[in-house]
Amino acid sequence: MRRYFFRKLLVYGLTFFVAVTVNWMIPRFMPGDPVAGMVARANVTQPQAVAAMRAYYTELFGFDRPLWQQYVNFWGAMLRGDFGLSIWLFPTPVSTVIGNAVPYTLALVVPSVLLSWVVGNWFGAYAARRRALDNTVLPVGYILTATPYMWLAVLLAWGLGVVAGWFPVAGGYSFALQPTWSATFLLNLVHHWTLPFLSLFLVALGGWAIGMRNMIIYELESDYANYLSALGAPARLIRRYAFRNAVLPQITGLALQLGVIVAGALVTEIVFAYPGLGSLILKAIQNQDFFLLQGTFLFIVLGVLIANFIIDIVYVVVDPRTRAGMAGANA
Amino acid sequence: MSLRVSELRVVYRTLKGDVHALDGVTFGLADGEILGLVGESGCGKSTLGKSLIRMDGRMRHLGGTAVLDDEELPIGDDRRMNEFRFKRVSLIPQYAMSALNPTRRIRKLVAELLRSRGVALDAAELESRMAQVGLPPDVLGRYPIELSGGMRQRVVMVISTLLDPSLLIADEVTSALDVSTQKAVVRALLGFRDRGYVKSMIFITHDLALTHHLADTIMVMYAGRLVEKAPADVIVQAPRHPYTRLLLDALPEVGVRHADRRLTGIPGSPPQLLDPPAGCRFRARCPVADDRCAEDPPVTALASDHHVACWKA
Repeated sequence: MRRYFFRKLLVYGLTFFVAVTVNWMIPRFMPGDPVAGMVARANVTQPQAVAAMRAYYTELFGFDRPLWQQYVNFWGAMLRGDFGLSIWLFPTPVSTVIGNAVPYTLALVVPSVLLSWVVGNWFGAYAARRRALDNTVLPVGYILTATPYMWLAVLLAWGLGVVAGWFPVAGGYSFALQPTWSATFLLNLVHHWTLPFLSLFLVALGGWAIGMRNMIIYELESDYANYLSALGAPARLIRRYAFRNAVLPQITGLALQLGVIVAGALVTEIVFAYPGLGSLILKAIQNQDFFLLQGTFLFIVLGVLIANFIIDIVYVVVDPRTRAGMAGANA
Repeated sequence: MSLRVSELRVVYRTLKGDVHALDGVTFGLADGEILGLVGESGCGKSTLGKSLIRMDGRMRHLGGTAVLDDEELPIGDDRRMNEFRFKRVSLIPQYAMSALNPTRRIRKLVAELLRSRGVALDAAELESRMAQVGLPPDVLGRYPIELSGGMRQRVVMVISTLLDPSLLIADEVTSALDVSTQKAVVRALLGFRDRGYVKSMIFITHDLALTHHLADTIMVMYAGRLVEKAPADVIVQAPRHPYTRLLLDALPEVGVRHADRRLTGIPGSPPQLLDPPAGCRFRARCPVADDRCAEDPPVTALASDHHVACWKA
């Protein structure tokens, strides 16, 4: 058991290292010069002043050092929790910018991922034994999974936001309000959160329901289910076993989906101008903000790795076969 | 008489029509008797076994009755049949090695199954029965995947007979096993009968030689019908139906070099049961068939315990 987790941690550590390195490389090899952009924004015409500003910024961000030194410094700073200054929101530290955006993304992604998984599994399992439901849920499920996140998001924004006018179509909260812990503000927050949440929730829901339905049908036709019914076991018991066993591949599916879901959240946030990490990434790219981009990616990589590690642990707890496999590896 | 089956007719529903897998089978099974049910693939032997405990969704009961201990089995009624399953009629399935839920420990699995049938688990009894088939008590605390195929099969054998059923149907239980394990399984089944865990048994197989060691009576089936039924020794030493004879001839003999004497098979294949031909069903492959065989041969008793369906017997 300990060896298994040690090996897992090693793999995750390696993944983290590679991800951070790639993460550091991408903005540096992007075309364009962020310092030139900042200087241009300052609207200075005097060539001497331009040269001075350029020298100041280059020195400040460390662009005058050789690449390998920038890389080493990057690791050193990161381990100290220092992600540098944002170029776009100069001179706010990147950690503050990200810290402000993270709650929005988490509040969007975590409930939509978990709820769609739970509801989808429950719905699929139920559909597997009701023909009428099966004939309606399944086609709707296929349409939902095939729908791109942003398209459904645009559709929702247009239908429920613009036409019906029930929900706001942009922002994390009304500009008229100041962020406080008051009931008005929280309600406003939920109001703005509903549409982006729905678009993420609905797209994921269909896939889980279809997967679960197929797995349940497969399990109910398996040998152990046949044996139990031959011994007169009630359908309730057999369905319980089938559900328990059918959930296992769904857990694996959840782990695989996590990375994709982050991407989905990114697009959805942009559609709804939701102030989470997704919008931040867009802004960072538009403004050549290396440090913000690095910080955001780092956070996403960390999130996916941690979520996968948690699912690894859950899997070991729920499936005895993985435990048996570990015993085999130790022997 | 423990089991009395008369004129049992079961069909499989298919898109092309009904497949007459069991076409009027009649036989009896005495208390304590082990009946070996033999025949080639598709002869209806597994269908007969399934009909007596649980028909799958494609099967339909067309007619005939099965009476177990003076009580008629509601064969066609899945719901009413449930009361008999496990308690009165039980099954060791063909797929015994994969018949256990992989994510439950054996002890919990058995306890949950028994509780669902309204029976309390007698842990001491379970352990002693496990010991009788050579399984140590710690097997109960393991998951099915941690057991070998043979162990899993023995666990299934113990579970199936736990409620002392009157009739046990063992469907091809030795088919996937090597010879030494087959012997152990046969010995365990005999033990179940001798200790009174099961009153009578139907042992379905295509292995005539093995059946001979286990069964008191052997019943040979062909194309959904009874061909010959007699005490095991009579079937092996003095068969009367040409099909039984050819089946025995097709068996390899110990000590015979098959380079010298080629192993014979039965030429041809069984008839389609979607639209079975009239008359004797073995007619097309039978070496002694003549015009009379165009008429259905009735099952006649040559002796009180020897029944044959052939005009030539």
